[in-house]
Amino acid sequence: MNHSSEHGDRCKLSFNVNGKSVEVCVFPMERLLDVLRHELELTGTKEGCGEGECGSCAVLMNGVLVNSCLIPALQAADSNVTTIEGLADGPRLSALQKAFLDCGGAQCGICTPGMILASQQLLDKNPSPGTDEIREALAGNLCRCTGYMQIVEGVAQAARVKS
Amino acid sequence: MSQETVVQKSVGKSVPRKEGHDKVTGAARYVDDMTLPGLIYGATVRSQIPRGVIKTISFDPSIDWTEFAIVTARDIAGKNCIALIGDDQPCLADGRVNHPEEPILLLAHENPNLLRKAISAVAIEYEPLPAIFTIEESEEKSQVIWGADNIFKTFLINKGDVESVWAKADYIVEGEYRTGAQEQLYIENNGMIATFDREHGITVWGSLQCPYYVHKALMALCSLPEDKVRIVQMETGGAFGGKEDYPSMIAAHAALLAMKSERPVKIIYDRMEDMTATTKRHPSRTRHRTAVRKDGKILGGEIEFTIDGGAYATLSSVVLSRGTIHAGGPYEWPNIRIRSKAVATNAPPHGAFRGFGAPQSLFAMERHMDRIAQVVGLSPVEVRRRNFLKPGQSTTTEQVVREEIDLEKLLERALQLSDYANKKARFARENEAGQIKRGVGIAAFLHGAGFTGSGERYLASVVGVEGCVDGTVRLLVSSTEFGQGTNTVLCQIAAEVLELTYENVHIAQPDTAQVPNSGPTVASRTAMVVGNLVRSAALGIKQTLIAGGKLSTPYSAEEFGDACRKYVAEHGQLRSFARYDPPPNVFWDDENYRGEAYAAYAWAVYVAEVAVDLSTYSVTVEDFVALQEVGKVLHPLLAKGQIVGGVAQGIGFALYEKVVWQNGRMQNGQMTNYIMPTSADMPSIRVYFEEMGNVHGAYGAKGIGELPMDGPAPAIVNATVDAVGIEFDFVPLMPEDIFEAVSQTFAPAGER
Repeated sequence: MNHSSEHGDRCKLSFNVNGKSVEVCVFPMERLLDVLRHELELTGTKEGCGEGECGSCAVLMNGVLVNSCLIPALQAADSNVTTIEGLADGPRLSALQKAFLDCGGAQCGICTPGMILASQQLLDKNPSPGTDEIREALAGNLCRCTGYMQIVEGVAQAARVKS
Repeated sequence: MSQETVVQKSVGKSVPRKEGHDKVTGAARYVDDMTLPGLIYGATVRSQIPRGVIKTISFDPSIDWTEFAIVTARDIAGKNCIALIGDDQPCLADGRVNHPEEPILLLAHENPNLLRKAISAVAIEYEPLPAIFTIEESEEKSQVIWGADNIFKTFLINKGDVESVWAKADYIVEGEYRTGAQEQLYIENNGMIATFDREHGITVWGSLQCPYYVHKALMALCSLPEDKVRIVQMETGGAFGGKEDYPSMIAAHAALLAMKSERPVKIIYDRMEDMTATTKRHPSRTRHRTAVRKDGKILGGEIEFTIDGGAYATLSSVVLSRGTIHAGGPYEWPNIRIRSKAVATNAPPHGAFRGFGAPQSLFAMERHMDRIAQVVGLSPVEVRRRNFLKPGQSTTTEQVVREEIDLEKLLERALQLSDYANKKARFARENEAGQIKRGVGIAAFLHGAGFTGSGERYLASVVGVEGCVDGTVRLLVSSTEFGQGTNTVLCQIAAEVLELTYENVHIAQPDTAQVPNSGPTVASRTAMVVGNLVRSAALGIKQTLIAGGKLSTPYSAEEFGDACRKYVAEHGQLRSFARYDPPPNVFWDDENYRGEAYAAYAWAVYVAEVAVDLSTYSVTVEDFVALQEVGKVLHPLLAKGQIVGGVAQGIGFALYEKVVWQNGRMQNGQMTNYIMPTSADMPSIRVYFEEMGNVHGAYGAKGIGELPMDGPAPAIVNATVDAVGIEFDFVPLMPEDIFEAVSQTFAPAGER
């Protein structure tokens, strides 16, 4: 459900999503999550808890992993946002997406977009992380299905493919 | 045409998950990703008290209520209940409430922000009644809140002559064990969209496990015929039993609002509403009294198993049934009496959660085995070895074990894999000094696959397989995918039967207007029971084409496609259906709870190693070996995923996940204060399979989904007891519990 705050007047904001420049007319305190899902129809970003605890709504903002349920739209102005829809190159999956498939890292799939973006941020910073580093980097993204092992294996595989 | 014969073996291979691509690209469509023209949002006004009479409902005049669709119990055309088993749970409270968060009134509006304000602008005045919150309060019957005696259901299993054993016993070992409520905590909250028009009736799209459960509930609620209710499952973001019964309630609410407003209505719960208002694992209490010979052989015993069902009966009778049948564990009991009951309290009804009663009663059994070992002076390994069920012996329901199962071999392998003996010796040495105490613990257990007793016969599931003109095959089942791999495994089975590639087989979206009722997706039944039906129906396609002279073996994919095309051109459609046919000579006595309780059992031995830090009193699982026999492993990657995921939930059940109750309401209904394991909390789980052979399921597969939930809690608590030398008989076992026990045990006598 939409938790956006309707205080103030709608304003025009522009930012970059998955390499494309977009302009939206939204309340300044509306959640980036809702802007992405409702205004831009990028429904790959999921809501799990609405309080920044589960990481399902995680996106990259200027290369930094953020929980989009905690980011007011105003804060996203002029930023570069990457969502799960921005990772594949047309039909070609990214190394992480492919590795999640190969290793069984996606079960019900609801945490998967946020989990893959968190993994992406890790590999951007640390191209060959150890198991403990992967576990630590993903500790802000909850998964109830996998017990995390096949996710951790997926990230390690993607790192091997990339390096 | 190609003369090459394409024979791809699908079963046993880790083929790509059917809907995996959509899940890793964000394209998978969950209910909240869907919208419809003119859609408005629905919300639920709920009881703030555990029990009482509703005196008045008033609406704050500062809100323009004419903008809202408002639904109360009076708007229900049919029976005001969520039809399931006993039909006792109202869809909307009518005059009285029996638990906190009970739905009373529904609102819908196009602006979700206004809707939220409106919920708090509905004032309900109650005359509170005394409420009860624990199993003991329910048993005392000072308040009777359900039926004549607060008891939803009882079972009695009697084997042999228990009274004869006490005199022969060298030891009589007693224990009482408890397990807490546990939230399923699927990451996708519950949600539904409903539409209504007079021509088509109700259509609901939602996050759910059992399309035909919702279908049945809406027919009864709205007094509509079956073709005027259509239920469609959207991609479902985890369920674990938590989307077995409550989705019928949410679908009912969305449908009532859609009928009232004549617009599409979307209800999506937020996390707190989902956690506080919907079902959880039943809290339990199990008492054991066991007669044991001095060599460790169990002569017989009594088990009393009690679960807290919450305010309405819902699924409690069947959860109790499974818990009762599993209460004796994988052991031979020459004499046993198991009495069980599900009782009412003024909490939201507890429901299905992976394991379905078995994790509760097996926790007790496996803790009790360690207690027996201690009393008799044997090792936990030896006492289990001496009591394991063997082929030819019978379970507590007198079901003869016909499988070629060798539990001693399973145990032996688990001990080797976990390096149990060396660890035991090493920890005994190392625990002498330092703040970190380590221990190892075992759990041996079984899990029955499919519905209990005559359940599958009553379900009479139907599966369809369609040969399409493009040469692909489409499966028609109401069995749902929610992460566990239904789509993939069922397609593998059909591909194998039809000698096609896995890519040539698809599965229809579960939609009651399109697919037959292959039963609910519960009870570890899908791979075994539905898989077998898929196999039969797929064989029907093959036989039809061959008998009609359109196909001969061996054939290529192209030849198969040509044959389908020709058949469809002549007959309009190529479909084959299979209905569940109970195996012969299966005996089940529902009255006396005796006979073949399950068509097959999965068997397992888990070994946990823990470290208890006596400065923080936290328990860390450092190593975990999960060895099981689940028959044929159809898909190694998915199977491993099921086991690791189940063990993770089991670790949560044992050490992290505590529901804090106050007056029947969950107080920590947020992910910030109800803690489940993160990636940093989880050890590497070492997963191993034995295949000892089974003939029941498709290609010899048995159930797998629930099994891994049963073993972790007792293995971990047994390991913790081994580490610190203090008995703990409950879960969740929190640091504060260990602190208290350690302080009392080691405090100087005067300070105790």
